[in-house]
Amino acid sequence: MYEGPVQDLIDELGRLPGVGPKSAQRIAFHLLAADPADVGRLQDALGRVKEGVVFCEICGNVSEQTQCRICRDLRRDATVVCVVEEPKDVLAVERTREFKGRYHVLGGALDPLAGIGPDQLRIRELMARIGAQDITEIILATDPNTEGEATATYLVRMLRDFPGLTVTRLASGLPMGGDLEFADELTLGRALSGRRTV
Amino acid sequence: MSLYRDTGVVLRVQKLGEADRIITMITRKHGKVRGVAKGVRRTSSRFGARLEPFCHVDVQLYTGRTLDVVTQVETVDAFAPWLVTDYQRYTAASAVLETADRLCPEEGEPVMRLYLLVVGALRALSSTERDPSLVLDAFLLRAMAYAGWAPAVSECARCAAPGPHRSFSVAGGGMVCMRCRPPGSASPAADTVVLMDALMHGDWDVADGTAQPARREASGLVAAHLQWHMERQLRSLPLVERKAKEASG
Repeated sequence: MYEGPVQDLIDELGRLPGVGPKSAQRIAFHLLAADPADVGRLQDALGRVKEGVVFCEICGNVSEQTQCRICRDLRRDATVVCVVEEPKDVLAVERTREFKGRYHVLGGALDPLAGIGPDQLRIRELMARIGAQDITEIILATDPNTEGEATATYLVRMLRDFPGLTVTRLASGLPMGGDLEFADELTLGRALSGRRTV
Repeated sequence: MSLYRDTGVVLRVQKLGEADRIITMITRKHGKVRGVAKGVRRTSSRFGARLEPFCHVDVQLYTGRTLDVVTQVETVDAFAPWLVTDYQRYTAASAVLETADRLCPEEGEPVMRLYLLVVGALRALSSTERDPSLVLDAFLLRAMAYAGWAPAVSECARCAAPGPHRSFSVAGGGMVCMRCRPPGSASPAADTVVLMDALMHGDWDVADGTAQPARREASGLVAAHLQWHMERQLRSLPLVERKAKEASG
């Protein structure tokens, strides 16, 4: 045990995901030896993240203002909305530079085992958004796992009655760089049913 | 390093580190097993979607110091693709997994009967033949019988007087006669009691023929009985969609 503030810092760092007691100790001593200006910047960033970051009132993405950068951007196509589970998925789709529409962040996936049902997600907000705005396509980009697929199924059921709305799902299939013999039945089945003419 | 192989159903997965997952399974020979699947969250993982909840797999593990490590997996039954296409079946199947997980607290203790019940329930839920709500209630009743606290249906739970009786007491352990009836007992319809008895004994001709009010009432009683005896709330149970399809009538 170290004295006072050093031990407090190690304890707090040790509560972060993926940081064990040894790593916490290493980071604490690194901060102790670091330039005060660097530590000050980290301190400011930590302070701002809780006070300055809010969730966008339209899409639910993390934002500095009431509306996020993407929702404020008038050049983005407002008729196409990509539905994702988490704010980090927005970044993953943005990195492709293929998508020019807007987003809707659900805040997770339907997972009864974790007690997450439709009321815990931003599904009602999505319905209200489709009703109020001129949206023609919803792209379901939930994770390709059991919870993500169940969420997509649930959303399809909720969205199919909106007139003039197309609902699409991200394609799934074999990853690049893999061997066919190691592909599981579900993935290979999806790849076969979604095959295309070349 | 000792290797072992078994067949099991994936009950639960938890993220571990950058790309790993801890997989909790109920297996045929080794009871509940918790193992690490390394790199399973990477798109190039050789495990692919085989270690998702609801998957019935043939798995090889080696014994680690704290957790076992999954080395190979083959699919026996891929229930997940069928279950996720129907939200009602998905929520019912989630309740099956959570109940099985709660009923075997000890790792490594063989629970063959419960394992067979889970596989049977998932198989029934992935076909569209039966009302998922009925399949779930049948599983819960039989799982409670396995745990040793099946509700008494045909005789009084307290004095064993032969029925039929008219009151149901969750704390008393099932149907109770007029003399043993504690205050606050429920008074289910005769059809509900018949349905519960049919579900416990697998009499599907009777169960399939019951009306919606009896099914709803039976579901309520089964859920109350299960959670009272487990001494805890199941997270998935309130999220189960109970509406029945017309076709399954």
